[in-house]
Amino acid sequence: MNKTKAAIAGLALAVSTVVAQAGEVEVLHYWTSGGEAKSVGVLKDLLTKEGHSWKDFAVAGGAGEAAMTVLKSRAVSGNPPAAAQMKGLDIQEWADLGFLANLDGVAKKAGWDDLLPKVVSDIMKYENEYVAVPVNVHRVNWLWANPAAFEKAGVKVPTTWAEMIASGPKLKAAGIIPLAHGGQAWQDATLFEAVALGMGGSEFYNKAFVKHDDATLRSPKMVEIFKTFKQTRDLIDADSPGRDWNIATSMVINGKAAMQIMGDWAKGEFTAAGKEPGKDFVCAPAPQTEHQYTFNIDSFALFNLKSKDAVEAQETLARLIMEPKFQETFNLNKGSIPVRQGMDETPFDSCAKASMASFSSTAKSGDLVPSFAHGMATTSSAAGAISDVVTNFFNSDQSAEEAVTKLANSVKASL
Amino acid sequence: MANKRPFTDILAESMPKLVLAPSFLIVMVCVYGYILWTIALSFTKSRMLPQWKFVGFDQYSKLFNNDRWSVSSENLIVFGGLFILICLALGIFMAILLDQKIRQEGFLRTIYLYPMAISFIVTGTAWKWLLNPSIGIENVVRDWGFTDFTFDWLVNSEMVVFCLVIAAVWQSSGFVMALFLAGLRGVDSEMIKAAQLDGASMSTIYRRIILPSLKPVFFSAFVILSHIAIKSFDLVTALTGGGPGYSSDLPANFMYSYAFTRSQMGLGAASGVIMLGGVLAILIPYLYSELRNKEAR
Repeated sequence: MNKTKAAIAGLALAVSTVVAQAGEVEVLHYWTSGGEAKSVGVLKDLLTKEGHSWKDFAVAGGAGEAAMTVLKSRAVSGNPPAAAQMKGLDIQEWADLGFLANLDGVAKKAGWDDLLPKVVSDIMKYENEYVAVPVNVHRVNWLWANPAAFEKAGVKVPTTWAEMIASGPKLKAAGIIPLAHGGQAWQDATLFEAVALGMGGSEFYNKAFVKHDDATLRSPKMVEIFKTFKQTRDLIDADSPGRDWNIATSMVINGKAAMQIMGDWAKGEFTAAGKEPGKDFVCAPAPQTEHQYTFNIDSFALFNLKSKDAVEAQETLARLIMEPKFQETFNLNKGSIPVRQGMDETPFDSCAKASMASFSSTAKSGDLVPSFAHGMATTSSAAGAISDVVTNFFNSDQSAEEAVTKLANSVKASL
Repeated sequence: MANKRPFTDILAESMPKLVLAPSFLIVMVCVYGYILWTIALSFTKSRMLPQWKFVGFDQYSKLFNNDRWSVSSENLIVFGGLFILICLALGIFMAILLDQKIRQEGFLRTIYLYPMAISFIVTGTAWKWLLNPSIGIENVVRDWGFTDFTFDWLVNSEMVVFCLVIAAVWQSSGFVMALFLAGLRGVDSEMIKAAQLDGASMSTIYRRIILPSLKPVFFSAFVILSHIAIKSFDLVTALTGGGPGYSSDLPANFMYSYAFTRSQMGLGAASGVIMLGGVLAILIPYLYSELRNKEAR
């Protein structure tokens, strides 16, 4: 009898202490599709184990556009969520407006500075203090190829843009569309940035798309890049406008098309179709970018909160996100790679392993560059201006010289 | 004291005002208040969130130097003009045909009116499939043996705006037909009989008597169609996504992307104000003629 009483009392005590310390984190995110939702579930479980509760606030649609609109209205009305999925330069804009919480305490304790490449931690920092925590890294400059299609046409998977353009006629003669592509502005921009990085090199890329150096934007090199970019148009079928990226990927999977330039989220489509990397499909760096890495990083920014419990829960969330356990499970589900350096590579597949190796080596050599097509390099207004010029050029008869002038002018106007 | 009225009388008298007050307030704040707010925003350098640093007409000069804006406003002129003209012409034509005292008129009317019950998103998606060269009309005709047939407007940046016109006309012309049919039924049959007695042919009767008496219907149809054209957003989103490139963008799409996804709220607000100007340019002459007609009566 006494034992049960004591047990009940102990239980009550335990419950009350948990309640006292537990905070709730409301997390705004747009990971709603199958694999993504599963990945978020991992984080939720880890957080509940630490005694805090998770309030899901998922807003689907438009690659986060809808979520951002909701976030703005919540923040303006003085009721922001504890954490919100947010990318690249948006973090700086929010921090500039004074909405974001300082995470430097958590970061110092866990030594984030040593775990993250500097290019990455710079994006997470505002005035040298952490305001956001990175979750994963996507490599954008991948070339996905169907080896069977290449074999049929008797050509090799291209390693330079010239080779790629030259392979076009042979592939076409074999009845294969050389390049699978969806004619949407962001996909045009993804292809363009791969061409620009490959032909221009990392320094040129950073000058043009991160620092917006006017002379670089107007340079003859840029004209050349635009010309090559336009030549890739001939590799694409006429029906591409409006096509979604995953439809384009499926064209590579079933051999209708030979290759696609797309970030590593395309891998999920291949594996979902039961294809094996290295055998049924090849993941190679985009032409001429073997030693470069365009990154697209998902991250969570944490908002200023008043309640002490909530702040504690929030900091726990930030700490958990950077811990190896979450980094591994989440990225295995999502198809991306951990942003944390020095992780065990064994559980990952060959494409992810290649990506991890390249991520570490490019971080040292300075060839790790932010993707402008995915909002990592510049503000949404400048990125929008660039992709407007790029997509308009790609879909019209505009000359490369004209496009370069337009590019420089509209980038200037957007700043 | 004798003229003290019972409370119920006062209540009854002020009832209409009381009932209207909330909606009046809501309209004042949410429509006119926010119009003023948007106009004020368009003179600021607001980016992600409203910011009250005034910069004069900067946003407007940026707007008029913006290629994408000029493409979208040209598209609106082409799309709006063709859409209104074709809808009116088709609407009148179908209304006249249906007005010939045919069998099963109600059934036919419903068929033509039905597209109006569908949202532009559905219309856009369905037409996207129909107009897609590799799965739609082009493919079907080629399968019939006409291998040279091409109908690739949807993926052609010069022609894509006409795809918008096709889908929008399909959706709205039935509604215009219903408007005109109601108008036709309202024409005094005595007048027509008198004209017939005078030996006027059917086409003269339509041209000289019936159509002129439908003037108010023309006006209503015109105003309704032009505001459908100006606010078209969902049709573009579903049918073309603005592409190829941004060649099928309309001002509403421009406004949305700048104000909400590109953190250029000031510029977005400026484009919204210009759109409002466009609506007013149509609405004011209409209201003026309406009010003048009333006074004349």
